[in-house]
Amino acid sequence: MILAVASGKGGTGKTTVAVGLALSARGGASLLDCDVEEPNCHIFVKPEILRREPVMVPIPKVDKDACNSCGQCSEFCRFHAIVALKTEPLVFPELCHGCGGCAWICPRGAIREIRREIGAVEVGMNGGLRFIQGIMNVGQAMSPPVIRAVKAAALEGNSEHDRVMIVDCPPGTACPMVAAVRGSDAVVLVTEPTPFGLHDLRLAAETVRKLGIPFGVAINRSDCGDGRVEDYCGAEKIPILLRIPERRDMAEGYSRGESILSAAPEYREPLLRLLEETSRMAVENKKP
Amino acid sequence: MKIAVTCRGASPDSPVDPRFGRASKFILVDTESDGFQVIDNAQNLNSAQGAGIQSAETVSRHGAEVVITGHCGPKAFRVLSAAGIKIVVGAQGSVAAAIESFLKGDLAPSECSDVDGHWE
Amino acid sequence: MKELVVISGKGGTGKTSITASFAALARDAVVADCDVDAADLHLLLSPEIRERREFKCGVEAVIRAADCTSCGKCEKFCRFDAIRKTVEGEEKALFVVDALSCEGCGVCARFCPAGAIDLVERSGGEWFISECRFGPMIHAQLGIGGENSGKLVSIVRDAARELAVKSGRRLVIVDGPPGIGCPVIASVAGADVVLAATEPTLSGEHDVERALSLARRFGAILMVCVNKWDLNPELTGRIEHAARAAGAEVVGRIGYDRTVTEAQIAGKCVVEHSDGPAARDIRTLWENVLRRLD
Repeated sequence: MILAVASGKGGTGKTTVAVGLALSARGGASLLDCDVEEPNCHIFVKPEILRREPVMVPIPKVDKDACNSCGQCSEFCRFHAIVALKTEPLVFPELCHGCGGCAWICPRGAIREIRREIGAVEVGMNGGLRFIQGIMNVGQAMSPPVIRAVKAAALEGNSEHDRVMIVDCPPGTACPMVAAVRGSDAVVLVTEPTPFGLHDLRLAAETVRKLGIPFGVAINRSDCGDGRVEDYCGAEKIPILLRIPERRDMAEGYSRGESILSAAPEYREPLLRLLEETSRMAVENKKP
Repeated sequence: MKIAVTCRGASPDSPVDPRFGRASKFILVDTESDGFQVIDNAQNLNSAQGAGIQSAETVSRHGAEVVITGHCGPKAFRVLSAAGIKIVVGAQGSVAAAIESFLKGDLAPSECSDVDGHWE
Repeated sequence: MKELVVISGKGGTGKTSITASFAALARDAVVADCDVDAADLHLLLSPEIRERREFKCGVEAVIRAADCTSCGKCEKFCRFDAIRKTVEGEEKALFVVDALSCEGCGVCARFCPAGAIDLVERSGGEWFISECRFGPMIHAQLGIGGENSGKLVSIVRDAARELAVKSGRRLVIVDGPPGIGCPVIASVAGADVVLAATEPTLSGEHDVERALSLARRFGAILMVCVNKWDLNPELTGRIEHAARAAGAEVVGRIGYDRTVTEAQIAGKCVVEHSDGPAARDIRTLWENVLRRLD
């Protein structure tokens, strides 16, 4: 089962829950850190990194001798990543989405694609847990290719670690979050019982519904706010899969980079129940 | 000579728009005929990445040989230079005054972009 | 006119609570919520919307089923896995575009031999010109799964600056997005002062470091404050030390205080709601920031 751990709002405890779930699952689990702008799972998992591969995206390279400045590439590119004003084209790599259109349409075959590095994927282990994280280079703008590379690395070959795959997703509901959540069997939305938490939970819930993936909610710091998140979930028939009350010792443990299981080992059982419940939801959803 | 000036209004008396990529309009002045033309750039106001590049394409298409504006980022600068268009930055006041300063030589073409242009 | 942008790297470090309090203390600033993907500032400032504008974000491909010959070329050419084959009946496979994956590059439309693909403009959300109890506010709501390319961020920021110039206000306060990607670049490029709000956790430390190294590229004055500092005083010291080494000024510490959440539930800014430790710390923080703005 692929279980995505997401949240509309950042800082609600997504990483805490994702790491907790991955460490609770006994045998055959992987943890994928797809929050590639700010990957943090490694702080809590402390994996031994076994390999690192660059994430490359294609960008056009113009053969100046073959180009006759016809400008068709420039006209085609909707992202202004290749521009020709009666001259040979200029390329702006940071604007390129890598669609390949310019290379395909060039009538003189003067454009080929070269590869440009925008980040890396690291694969490591800690005990029985396989760990895969994406890291986007500072200064890069587009994270979805790095997110897709993390997932591709996780699905490579037949691994004994793919019984349970936990995906820590980027916050929000925009394209990076969608890229991370897509393809999972179930989703846990982590929130907190505050107006910010509720507002962003609504948006995240709508997004996941649009993707057609079953989901439930985990409420972190469940006693810090008011009852509106619980009311919303009740009214929308969204199952609440986990509640974690606020505890100073847990917050301090988090600040030192300790997983929820070291600060509060009693959470192993509720986390395992969450895994069982979401896998039941996933199976249910796949029935015709 | 055709000169394009970034502008907030629709006549040579209007103030220069300090932005190139997101300028609302360009005033295209032909120094030979003394006539002018207003080029709308409003759709570009709401474009994000590549606004400077798009503006550069627009002025080039209209045959400008010189661009006068407040600031110009590196992407637009690269495109304009490649198209052989001179770039004058630091213009203030009205469009007419900016053109006069340029013709008198008080404002000279720039050798490089003057702002960090991630989103010029 | 000066522009102050509050960012954080990691989400949930109190960025929006701090920004809202700044809006209350500044009194005469234009406030902009550039965290368009999880826009929460309006929950504290309760703005009255005066004008709504649609946000157009490029195009998306749509296949006209009637003209599709099921050749599958679009699916082969699409680099974003945005075209899916659905089988209808026995003979004809049907291809559809998944709007959430489509990046609007136009390759499929260009190469469709039947010319059966249109590129239609898509709405990416809305943005608003509003008035809140502290002055004008520009904010936005990105559409679900919208392309958060920084484009909407640029629009909100530009509108706020324009409004400040028009109304003779001297300060724009921007609530920035988390992370270090496109939206963050769009909110810090060209700003006068960037304040990074973090928390004393290893994640907060790691993320603020990345956020500062990004912001440094844009030449703004860099500042750092640590929220809930007393959760881990030792780590707070370490973060502050690293921030100074990275060229940032340490402008304040905010103590852990439950009234921050209480204020949020009451729909108020921390400094309006109480005079507790957090409110006092934020006032001091604001004075330090203000000193550097003048």
